[in-house]
Amino acid sequence: MLERACTVTGTAGRALFAALLLCLVAATAPAAELPVLTGRVVDNANLIDGATEAALVARLEAFEKKSSDQIVVATIPGLGGEAIEPYANRLFRAWGLGQAGENNGILLLVARDDRKMRIEVGYGLEGTLTDLHAKLIIENTMVPAFRAGDFSGGISRAVDDIVMVLEGNAAELEARGERNQNVGFDSEDLFITLFVILWVVLFFGGFAMALLAPVFGRKIGPGRYRWLGMDISYSGSGSSSGGSWSSGSSSSSWSSGSSGGGFSGGGGSSGGGGSSGSW
Amino acid sequence: MPATALPGLFRRLPAFFLLGLLLPFLSACGYNAIPTADEKAKAAWSEVLNQYQRRADLIPNLVETVKGYAAHEKEVLESVVEARAKATQVTVSPEALSDPEAFKAFQDSQSGLTSALSRLLAVVENYPDLKANQNFLALQAQLEGTENRIAVARRDYIEAVREYNTTLRTFPSVLWATFWFTDAQPYQNFTVAEDKIETPKVDFGTNQGG
Repeated sequence: MLERACTVTGTAGRALFAALLLCLVAATAPAAELPVLTGRVVDNANLIDGATEAALVARLEAFEKKSSDQIVVATIPGLGGEAIEPYANRLFRAWGLGQAGENNGILLLVARDDRKMRIEVGYGLEGTLTDLHAKLIIENTMVPAFRAGDFSGGISRAVDDIVMVLEGNAAELEARGERNQNVGFDSEDLFITLFVILWVVLFFGGFAMALLAPVFGRKIGPGRYRWLGMDISYSGSGSSSGGSWSSGSSSSSWSSGSSGGGFSGGGGSSGGGGSSGSW
Repeated sequence: MPATALPGLFRRLPAFFLLGLLLPFLSACGYNAIPTADEKAKAAWSEVLNQYQRRADLIPNLVETVKGYAAHEKEVLESVVEARAKATQVTVSPEALSDPEAFKAFQDSQSGLTSALSRLLAVVENYPDLKANQNFLALQAQLEGTENRIAVARRDYIEAVREYNTTLRTFPSVLWATFWFTDAQPYQNFTVAEDKIETPKVDFGTNQGG
Protein backbone atom coordinates (compact mmCIF):
# COMPACT_ATOMS: atom_id res chain seq x y z
CA MET A 1 0.00 0.00 0.00
CA LEU A 2 2.62 2.45 1.11
CA GLU A 3 4.87 1.52 -1.75
CA ARG A 4 2.18 2.08 -4.30
CA ALA A 5 1.38 5.46 -2.79
CA CYS A 6 5.02 6.36 -3.06
CA THR A 7 5.17 5.36 -6.69
CA VAL A 8 2.18 7.52 -7.44
CA THR A 9 3.75 10.46 -5.65
CA GLY A 10 6.94 9.86 -7.58
CA THR A 11 5.21 9.88 -10.96
CA ALA A 12 3.15 12.94 -10.16
CA GLY A 13 6.27 14.60 -8.88
CA ARG A 14 8.14 13.86 -12.08
CA ALA A 15 5.30 15.22 -14.16
CA LEU A 16 5.21 18.34 -12.04
CA PHE A 17 8.93 18.63 -12.27
CA ALA A 18 8.78 18.46 -16.04
CA ALA A 19 6.03 21.06 -16.05
CA LEU A 20 8.14 23.31 -13.86
CA LEU A 21 11.08 22.98 -16.19
CA LEU A 22 8.83 23.89 -19.09
CA CYS A 23 7.57 26.92 -17.17
CA LEU A 24 11.15 28.03 -16.61
CA VAL A 25 12.11 27.64 -20.24
CA ALA A 26 9.04 29.55 -21.36
CA ALA A 27 9.67 32.36 -18.90
CA THR A 28 13.26 32.93 -19.96
CA ALA A 29 12.58 33.07 -23.70
CA PRO A 30 14.18 36.33 -24.85
CA ALA A 31 12.56 39.04 -26.95
CA ALA A 32 13.65 38.30 -30.45
CA GLU A 33 14.70 41.50 -32.12
CA LEU A 34 16.73 43.20 -29.39
CA PRO A 35 20.48 43.45 -29.93
CA VAL A 36 22.82 41.31 -27.86
CA LEU A 37 24.78 42.83 -25.01
CA THR A 38 28.29 42.20 -26.27
CA GLY A 39 30.05 44.73 -24.09
CA ARG A 40 29.82 48.19 -22.61
CA VAL A 41 29.68 49.69 -26.08
CA VAL A 42 27.35 47.95 -28.51
CA ASP A 43 27.95 49.77 -31.77
CA ASN A 44 25.59 48.00 -34.12
CA ALA A 45 25.12 51.08 -36.30
CA ASN A 46 28.88 51.64 -36.74
CA LEU A 47 28.85 55.21 -35.53
CA ILE A 48 31.82 55.08 -33.17
CA ASP A 49 35.39 54.75 -34.41
CA GLY A 50 37.68 52.11 -32.96
CA ALA A 51 39.90 54.34 -30.84
CA THR A 52 36.95 56.11 -29.22
CA GLU A 53 35.22 52.81 -28.57
CA ALA A 54 38.26 51.36 -26.81
CA ALA A 55 38.64 54.53 -24.74
CA LEU A 56 34.95 54.47 -23.84
CA VAL A 57 35.04 50.84 -22.76
CA ALA A 58 38.07 51.46 -20.55
CA ARG A 59 36.48 54.55 -19.09
CA LEU A 60 33.15 52.88 -18.33
CA GLU A 61 34.85 49.86 -16.84
CA ALA A 62 36.91 52.01 -14.50
CA PHE A 63 33.81 53.94 -13.52
CA GLU A 64 31.88 50.80 -12.72
CA LYS A 65 34.74 49.55 -10.57
CA LYS A 66 34.58 52.71 -8.55
CA SER A 67 30.85 53.27 -8.26
CA SER A 68 29.21 50.00 -9.39
CA ASP A 69 27.13 52.08 -11.83
CA GLN A 70 26.77 50.40 -15.19
CA ILE A 71 26.73 52.76 -18.14
CA VAL A 72 26.20 51.18 -21.54
CA VAL A 73 26.33 52.88 -24.93
CA ALA A 74 24.27 51.28 -27.68
CA THR A 75 23.78 52.33 -31.26
CA ILE A 76 21.25 50.64 -33.51
CA PRO A 77 20.52 51.11 -37.20
CA GLY A 78 16.79 51.70 -36.73
CA LEU A 79 13.88 51.28 -34.37
CA GLY A 80 11.66 49.44 -36.81
CA GLY A 81 8.73 51.79 -36.33
CA GLU A 82 8.72 51.71 -32.54
CA ALA A 83 9.06 54.88 -30.48
CA ILE A 84 12.47 55.21 -28.87
CA GLU A 85 11.17 55.44 -25.28
CA PRO A 86 9.52 52.00 -25.08
CA TYR A 87 12.35 50.47 -27.09
CA ALA A 88 14.99 51.89 -24.75
CA ASN A 89 13.04 50.71 -21.72
CA ARG A 90 12.67 47.24 -23.15
CA LEU A 91 16.35 47.06 -24.02
CA PHE A 92 17.37 48.36 -20.60
CA ARG A 93 15.29 45.75 -18.83
CA ALA A 94 16.35 42.94 -21.17
CA TRP A 95 19.98 43.74 -20.47
CA GLY A 96 19.34 44.31 -16.78
CA LEU A 97 21.71 47.25 -16.48
CA GLY A 98 22.78 48.27 -13.01
CA GLN A 99 23.18 46.17 -9.89
CA ALA A 100 20.13 44.19 -8.88
CA GLY A 101 19.32 45.95 -5.62
CA GLU A 102 20.47 49.40 -6.75
CA ASN A 103 19.10 49.68 -10.29
CA ASN A 104 22.01 51.99 -11.00
CA GLY A 105 22.31 51.56 -14.75
CA ILE A 106 22.26 54.06 -17.58
CA LEU A 107 21.64 53.31 -21.22
CA LEU A 108 22.70 55.77 -23.90
CA LEU A 109 20.85 54.70 -27.00
CA VAL A 110 21.27 56.14 -30.49
CA ALA A 111 19.00 55.12 -33.36
CA ARG A 112 20.87 56.11 -36.52
CA ASP A 113 18.21 56.06 -39.22
CA ASP A 114 15.49 57.48 -36.99
CA ARG A 115 17.86 60.26 -35.92
CA LYS A 116 16.83 59.83 -32.32
CA MET A 117 18.72 59.36 -29.09
CA ARG A 118 17.76 58.61 -25.53
CA ILE A 119 19.38 58.48 -22.14
CA GLU A 120 17.46 55.91 -20.11
CA VAL A 121 18.14 56.09 -16.39
CA GLY A 122 17.60 53.24 -13.95
CA TYR A 123 15.35 53.69 -10.90
CA GLY A 124 18.29 54.08 -8.56
CA LEU A 125 19.92 56.99 -10.42
CA GLU A 126 16.79 58.99 -11.19
CA GLY A 127 17.50 61.28 -8.27
CA THR A 128 21.10 61.96 -9.31
CA LEU A 129 20.86 62.11 -13.08
CA THR A 130 17.49 63.79 -13.35
CA ASP A 131 15.38 64.04 -16.47
CA LEU A 132 16.56 67.62 -16.82
CA HIS A 133 20.23 66.60 -16.69
CA ALA A 134 19.58 64.01 -19.36
CA LYS A 135 17.73 66.54 -21.48
CA LEU A 136 20.51 69.10 -21.17
CA ILE A 137 23.18 66.55 -22.07
CA ILE A 138 21.22 65.57 -25.14
CA GLU A 139 20.38 69.08 -26.27
CA ASN A 140 23.67 70.78 -25.46
CA THR A 141 26.23 68.06 -26.08
CA MET A 142 24.88 65.39 -28.35
CA VAL A 143 22.61 67.23 -30.78
CA PRO A 144 25.18 69.85 -31.95
CA ALA A 145 27.88 67.20 -32.43
CA PHE A 146 25.53 64.82 -34.21
CA ARG A 147 24.34 67.57 -36.53
CA ALA A 148 27.97 68.17 -37.43
CA GLY A 149 28.33 64.46 -38.12
CA ASP A 150 30.67 63.89 -35.18
CA PHE A 151 29.04 60.83 -33.61
CA SER A 152 32.12 59.55 -31.81
CA GLY A 153 32.80 62.92 -30.24
CA GLY A 154 29.18 63.53 -29.31
CA ILE A 155 28.77 60.17 -27.64
CA SER A 156 32.12 60.38 -25.91
CA ARG A 157 31.41 63.84 -24.52
CA ALA A 158 27.90 62.80 -23.48
CA VAL A 159 29.40 59.93 -21.49
CA ASP A 160 31.82 62.41 -19.92
CA ASP A 161 28.87 64.57 -18.92
CA ILE A 162 26.95 61.64 -17.48
CA VAL A 163 29.95 60.57 -15.44
CA MET A 164 30.46 64.15 -14.31
CA VAL A 165 26.88 64.43 -13.09
CA LEU A 166 27.10 61.11 -11.29
CA GLU A 167 30.40 62.11 -9.71
CA GLY A 168 28.86 65.42 -8.67
CA ASN A 169 27.22 63.62 -5.79
CA ALA A 170 30.49 62.19 -4.56
CA ALA A 171 29.43 60.98 -1.13
CA GLU A 172 26.50 59.05 -2.49
CA LEU A 173 28.66 57.64 -5.27
CA GLU A 174 31.23 56.24 -2.86
CA ALA A 175 28.60 54.82 -0.58
CA ARG A 176 27.02 53.06 -3.55
CA GLY A 177 30.37 51.70 -4.67
CA GLU A 178 31.13 50.30 -1.24
CA ARG A 179 27.69 48.83 -0.78
CA ASN A 180 28.18 46.74 -3.88
CA GLN A 181 31.77 45.73 -3.39
CA ASN A 182 31.86 43.92 -0.05
CA VAL A 183 29.98 40.77 -0.76
CA GLY A 184 28.21 40.10 2.48
CA PHE A 185 26.13 37.06 3.29
CA ASP A 186 22.77 38.49 2.46
CA SER A 187 19.45 36.79 2.00
CA GLU A 188 20.00 36.42 -1.71
CA ASP A 189 23.15 34.39 -1.18
CA LEU A 190 21.26 32.21 1.23
CA PHE A 191 18.58 31.62 -1.36
CA ILE A 192 21.15 30.69 -4.00
CA THR A 193 22.88 28.36 -1.58
CA LEU A 194 19.63 26.64 -0.73
CA PHE A 195 18.85 26.41 -4.39
CA VAL A 196 22.17 24.78 -5.20
CA ILE A 197 21.74 22.38 -2.31
CA LEU A 198 18.30 21.44 -3.58
CA TRP A 199 19.60 20.75 -7.05
CA VAL A 200 22.57 18.81 -5.76
CA VAL A 201 20.18 16.72 -3.72
CA LEU A 202 18.02 16.10 -6.75
CA PHE A 203 21.00 15.41 -8.95
CA PHE A 204 22.81 13.02 -6.68
CA GLY A 205 19.61 11.64 -5.24
CA GLY A 206 19.97 8.62 -7.46
CA PHE A 207 23.36 7.73 -6.03
CA ALA A 208 22.18 8.43 -2.53
CA MET A 209 19.24 6.12 -3.10
CA ALA A 210 21.57 3.40 -4.28
CA LEU A 211 23.56 3.69 -1.10
CA LEU A 212 20.61 4.11 1.20
CA ALA A 213 18.45 1.39 -0.26
CA PRO A 214 20.24 -1.45 1.53
CA VAL A 215 19.88 0.45 4.77
CA PHE A 216 16.27 1.49 4.57
CA GLY A 217 14.91 -0.79 1.91
CA ARG A 218 13.34 -4.21 2.15
CA LYS A 219 15.40 -7.07 0.85
CA ILE A 220 13.49 -8.91 -1.85
CA GLY A 221 16.24 -11.12 -3.24
CA PRO A 222 20.00 -11.55 -3.41
CA GLY A 223 21.40 -8.11 -4.10
CA ARG A 224 17.94 -6.65 -4.67
CA TYR A 225 16.13 -4.21 -2.49
CA ARG A 226 12.75 -2.57 -2.63
CA TRP A 227 12.64 0.98 -1.35
CA LEU A 228 10.20 3.81 -1.96
CA GLY A 229 8.40 1.70 -4.48
CA MET A 230 11.49 1.08 -6.57
CA ASP A 231 13.36 -2.13 -7.13
CA ILE A 232 17.07 -1.57 -6.84
CA SER A 233 19.45 -4.33 -7.71
CA TYR A 234 23.18 -4.51 -7.11
CA SER A 235 24.11 -7.24 -9.55
CA GLY A 236 26.85 -6.82 -12.15
CA SER A 237 26.36 -3.50 -13.81
CA GLY A 238 25.68 -1.73 -10.56
CA SER A 239 22.58 0.03 -9.45
CA SER A 240 19.72 0.77 -11.78
CA SER A 241 17.65 2.99 -9.70
CA GLY A 242 14.35 3.42 -11.44
CA GLY A 243 13.41 6.72 -9.99
CA SER A 244 16.49 8.78 -10.55
CA TRP A 245 15.83 12.48 -10.61
CA SER A 246 18.83 13.53 -12.56
CA SER A 247 17.27 14.02 -15.97
CA GLY A 248 17.57 17.32 -17.75
CA SER A 249 18.53 19.44 -14.81
CA SER A 250 21.48 21.11 -16.43
CA SER A 251 19.75 22.22 -19.61
CA SER A 252 18.44 25.57 -18.47
CA SER A 253 20.99 28.33 -18.33
CA TRP A 254 20.76 30.89 -15.60
CA SER A 255 23.01 33.74 -16.59
CA SER A 256 21.06 36.68 -17.94
CA GLY A 257 22.58 38.47 -20.87
CA SER A 258 25.28 36.43 -22.56
CA SER A 259 28.50 37.67 -21.05
CA GLY A 260 30.63 38.29 -24.08
CA GLY A 261 33.76 40.18 -23.18
CA GLY A 262 33.23 39.50 -19.50
CA PHE A 263 30.42 42.00 -19.18
CA SER A 264 26.81 41.40 -18.32
CA GLY A 265 24.03 43.35 -16.73
CA GLY A 266 23.73 43.20 -12.96
CA GLY A 267 19.95 42.74 -13.04
CA GLY A 268 18.85 46.32 -12.58
CA SER A 269 15.65 47.82 -13.94
CA SER A 270 14.33 51.11 -15.19
CA GLY A 271 10.97 52.79 -14.86
CA GLY A 272 11.32 55.10 -17.82
CA GLY A 273 13.47 57.83 -16.28
CA GLY A 274 15.68 59.96 -18.47
CA SER A 275 15.10 61.95 -21.58
CA SER A 276 15.13 61.65 -25.34
CA GLY A 277 15.87 63.91 -28.24
CA SER A 278 16.44 63.96 -31.96
CA TRP A 279 18.83 65.58 -34.33
CA MET B 1 7.23 -5.30 19.59
CA PRO B 2 9.63 -2.37 19.32
CA ALA B 3 12.16 -4.36 17.32
CA THR B 4 9.88 -4.52 14.23
CA ALA B 5 8.19 -1.18 14.79
CA LEU B 6 11.47 0.61 14.35
CA PRO B 7 12.18 -0.55 10.79
CA GLY B 8 8.59 0.30 9.90
CA LEU B 9 9.14 3.82 11.06
CA PHE B 10 12.38 3.95 9.17
CA ARG B 11 10.66 2.80 6.04
CA ARG B 12 8.08 5.52 6.36
CA LEU B 13 10.56 8.29 7.09
CA PRO B 14 11.88 8.70 3.50
CA ALA B 15 8.33 8.85 2.24
CA PHE B 16 7.62 11.79 4.48
CA PHE B 17 10.87 13.32 3.43
CA LEU B 18 9.94 12.97 -0.22
CA LEU B 19 6.51 14.39 0.43
CA GLY B 20 8.09 17.37 2.15
CA LEU B 21 10.31 17.83 -0.87
CA LEU B 22 7.39 17.73 -3.27
CA LEU B 23 5.02 19.99 -1.38
CA PRO B 24 6.74 23.23 -2.37
CA PHE B 25 6.48 22.18 -6.02
CA LEU B 26 2.81 21.43 -5.63
CA SER B 27 2.07 24.78 -4.07
CA ALA B 28 4.27 26.66 -6.52
CA CYS B 29 2.41 25.31 -9.50
CA GLY B 30 -1.04 26.11 -8.25
CA TYR B 31 -1.90 27.55 -4.91
CA ASN B 32 0.61 30.39 -4.80
CA ALA B 33 0.02 31.54 -8.34
CA ILE B 34 -3.09 33.59 -7.67
CA PRO B 35 -1.97 35.54 -4.59
CA THR B 36 1.44 36.15 -6.18
CA ALA B 37 -0.05 37.53 -9.39
CA ASP B 38 -2.57 39.48 -7.35
CA GLU B 39 0.09 41.23 -5.29
CA LYS B 40 2.12 41.94 -8.38
CA ALA B 41 -0.84 43.56 -10.11
CA LYS B 42 -1.60 45.65 -7.03
CA ALA B 43 2.00 46.78 -6.79
CA ALA B 44 1.98 47.69 -10.48
CA TRP B 45 -1.20 49.67 -9.89
CA SER B 46 0.38 51.57 -7.00
CA GLU B 47 3.18 52.54 -9.35
CA VAL B 48 0.62 53.79 -11.88
CA LEU B 49 -1.06 55.94 -9.22
CA ASN B 50 2.33 57.12 -8.03
CA GLN B 51 3.33 58.35 -11.49
CA TYR B 52 -0.03 60.01 -12.17
CA GLN B 53 0.33 61.76 -8.82
CA ARG B 54 3.78 62.90 -9.85
CA ARG B 55 2.29 64.46 -12.95
CA ALA B 56 -0.43 66.16 -10.94
CA ASP B 57 2.23 67.59 -8.62
CA LEU B 58 4.09 69.17 -11.52
CA ILE B 59 1.08 70.99 -12.90
CA PRO B 60 0.69 73.92 -10.43
CA ASN B 61 4.28 74.95 -11.13
CA LEU B 62 3.79 74.59 -14.85
CA VAL B 63 0.61 76.66 -14.80
CA GLU B 64 2.30 79.41 -12.77
CA THR B 65 5.22 79.56 -15.17
CA VAL B 66 3.01 79.71 -18.23
CA LYS B 67 0.85 82.38 -16.58
CA GLY B 68 3.87 84.65 -16.30
CA TYR B 69 4.16 84.79 -20.07
CA ALA B 70 0.73 84.00 -21.38
CA ALA B 71 -1.72 85.26 -18.78
CA HIS B 72 -4.44 85.90 -21.32
CA GLU B 73 -4.66 82.24 -22.34
CA LYS B 74 -7.08 81.95 -19.47
CA GLU B 75 -9.29 79.34 -20.99
CA VAL B 76 -6.56 76.78 -21.58
CA LEU B 77 -4.96 77.39 -18.20
CA GLU B 78 -8.24 77.04 -16.38
CA SER B 79 -9.11 73.85 -18.18
CA VAL B 80 -5.79 72.36 -17.05
CA VAL B 81 -6.38 73.40 -13.45
CA GLU B 82 -9.89 71.99 -13.57
CA ALA B 83 -8.82 68.74 -15.14
CA ARG B 84 -6.10 68.38 -12.52
CA ALA B 85 -8.56 68.95 -9.69
CA LYS B 86 -10.84 66.34 -11.17
CA ALA B 87 -8.05 63.87 -11.74
CA THR B 88 -6.73 64.10 -8.19
CA GLN B 89 -10.21 63.49 -6.81
CA VAL B 90 -10.72 60.22 -8.60
CA THR B 91 -8.45 57.48 -7.37
CA VAL B 92 -8.88 53.74 -7.44
CA SER B 93 -7.55 51.82 -4.46
CA PRO B 94 -5.91 48.49 -5.23
CA GLU B 95 -8.85 46.74 -3.57
CA ALA B 96 -11.30 48.25 -6.07
CA LEU B 97 -9.41 47.27 -9.20
CA SER B 98 -12.09 44.82 -10.27
CA ASP B 99 -14.74 47.54 -10.33
CA PRO B 100 -15.24 48.54 -13.97
CA GLU B 101 -17.01 51.83 -13.23
CA ALA B 102 -14.45 53.14 -10.78
CA PHE B 103 -11.71 52.18 -13.17
CA LYS B 104 -13.40 53.90 -16.09
CA ALA B 105 -13.93 57.05 -14.05
CA PHE B 106 -10.26 57.07 -13.20
CA GLN B 107 -9.22 56.53 -16.76
CA ASP B 108 -11.55 59.26 -18.03
CA SER B 109 -10.34 61.82 -15.52
CA GLN B 110 -6.69 61.12 -16.32
CA SER B 111 -7.21 61.24 -20.06
CA GLY B 112 -9.04 64.54 -19.55
CA LEU B 113 -5.92 65.87 -17.89
CA THR B 114 -3.74 64.45 -20.65
CA SER B 115 -5.67 66.25 -23.37
CA ALA B 116 -5.85 69.51 -21.38
CA LEU B 117 -2.09 69.36 -20.95
CA SER B 118 -1.42 68.71 -24.60
CA ARG B 119 -3.59 71.71 -25.49
CA LEU B 120 -1.57 73.83 -23.08
CA LEU B 121 1.71 72.67 -24.60
CA ALA B 122 0.38 73.41 -28.07
CA VAL B 123 -0.51 76.97 -27.00
CA VAL B 124 2.97 77.43 -25.55
CA GLU B 125 4.39 77.08 -29.05
CA ASN B 126 3.19 80.64 -29.71
CA TYR B 127 5.39 82.14 -27.00
CA PRO B 128 9.08 81.97 -27.89
CA ASP B 129 10.09 83.80 -24.69
CA LEU B 130 8.32 81.22 -22.59
CA LYS B 131 9.88 78.38 -24.53
CA ALA B 132 13.31 79.82 -23.85
CA ASN B 133 12.61 80.24 -20.13
CA GLN B 134 14.90 77.99 -18.08
CA ASN B 135 12.23 77.21 -15.54
CA PHE B 136 9.82 76.20 -18.26
CA LEU B 137 12.44 74.02 -19.94
CA ALA B 138 13.05 72.25 -16.66
CA LEU B 139 9.35 71.69 -16.13
CA GLN B 140 8.94 70.48 -19.68
CA ALA B 141 11.75 67.95 -19.27
CA GLN B 142 10.18 66.72 -16.04
CA LEU B 143 6.76 66.52 -17.59
CA GLU B 144 8.09 64.54 -20.54
CA GLY B 145 9.90 62.20 -18.18
CA THR B 146 6.78 61.77 -16.10
CA GLU B 147 4.61 61.03 -19.11
CA ASN B 148 7.11 58.37 -20.11
CA ARG B 149 7.12 56.92 -16.60
CA ILE B 150 3.33 56.81 -16.73
CA ALA B 151 3.57 54.92 -20.00
CA VAL B 152 6.02 52.42 -18.49
CA ALA B 153 3.93 52.01 -15.34
CA ARG B 154 0.82 51.46 -17.42
CA ARG B 155 2.59 48.87 -19.54
CA ASP B 156 3.78 47.05 -16.43
CA TYR B 157 0.29 47.15 -14.99
CA ILE B 158 -1.26 45.85 -18.19
CA GLU B 159 1.20 42.96 -18.17
CA ALA B 160 0.69 42.22 -14.47
CA VAL B 161 -3.09 42.22 -14.86
CA ARG B 162 -2.84 40.02 -17.91
CA GLU B 163 -0.88 37.52 -15.85
CA TYR B 164 -3.25 37.75 -12.91
CA ASN B 165 -6.36 37.37 -15.04
CA THR B 166 -4.73 34.45 -16.81
CA THR B 167 -4.14 32.61 -13.55
CA LEU B 168 -7.84 32.95 -12.79
CA ARG B 169 -8.74 31.20 -16.01
CA THR B 170 -6.04 28.62 -16.64
CA PHE B 171 -5.26 25.22 -15.23
CA PRO B 172 -4.23 24.40 -12.57
CA SER B 173 -4.73 27.70 -10.77
CA VAL B 174 -8.33 27.93 -11.98
CA LEU B 175 -9.09 25.09 -9.56
CA TRP B 176 -7.82 27.17 -6.69
CA ALA B 177 -9.78 30.17 -7.98
CA THR B 178 -12.97 28.11 -8.08
CA PHE B 179 -12.67 26.30 -4.79
CA TRP B 180 -10.53 28.48 -2.59
CA PHE B 181 -10.07 32.10 -3.72
CA THR B 182 -13.74 32.45 -4.56
CA ASP B 183 -13.72 36.23 -4.17
CA ALA B 184 -10.88 36.74 -6.66
CA GLN B 185 -12.22 38.76 -9.58
CA PRO B 186 -10.44 39.69 -12.80
CA TYR B 187 -8.96 43.19 -12.68
CA GLN B 188 -9.81 45.96 -15.08
CA ASN B 189 -7.22 46.96 -17.59
CA PHE B 190 -6.48 50.07 -19.60
CA THR B 191 -8.33 50.33 -22.85
CA VAL B 192 -6.66 51.71 -25.93
CA ALA B 193 -8.68 54.93 -25.88
CA GLU B 194 -6.21 56.96 -23.89
CA ASP B 195 -3.21 55.55 -25.66
CA LYS B 196 -4.55 56.93 -28.89
CA ILE B 197 -4.75 60.46 -27.53
CA GLU B 198 -1.32 61.72 -28.38
CA THR B 199 0.18 65.13 -28.76
CA PRO B 200 -0.68 66.40 -32.23
CA LYS B 201 1.94 65.50 -34.79
CA VAL B 202 3.03 68.22 -37.16
CA ASP B 203 3.78 66.90 -40.60
CA PHE B 204 5.08 69.23 -43.28
CA GLY B 205 5.07 66.49 -45.82
CA THR B 206 8.83 66.34 -45.88
CA ASN B 207 10.53 63.09 -45.12
CA GLN B 208 13.74 63.84 -43.31
CA GLY B 209 14.44 60.45 -41.86
CA GLY B 210 17.44 58.68 -43.18
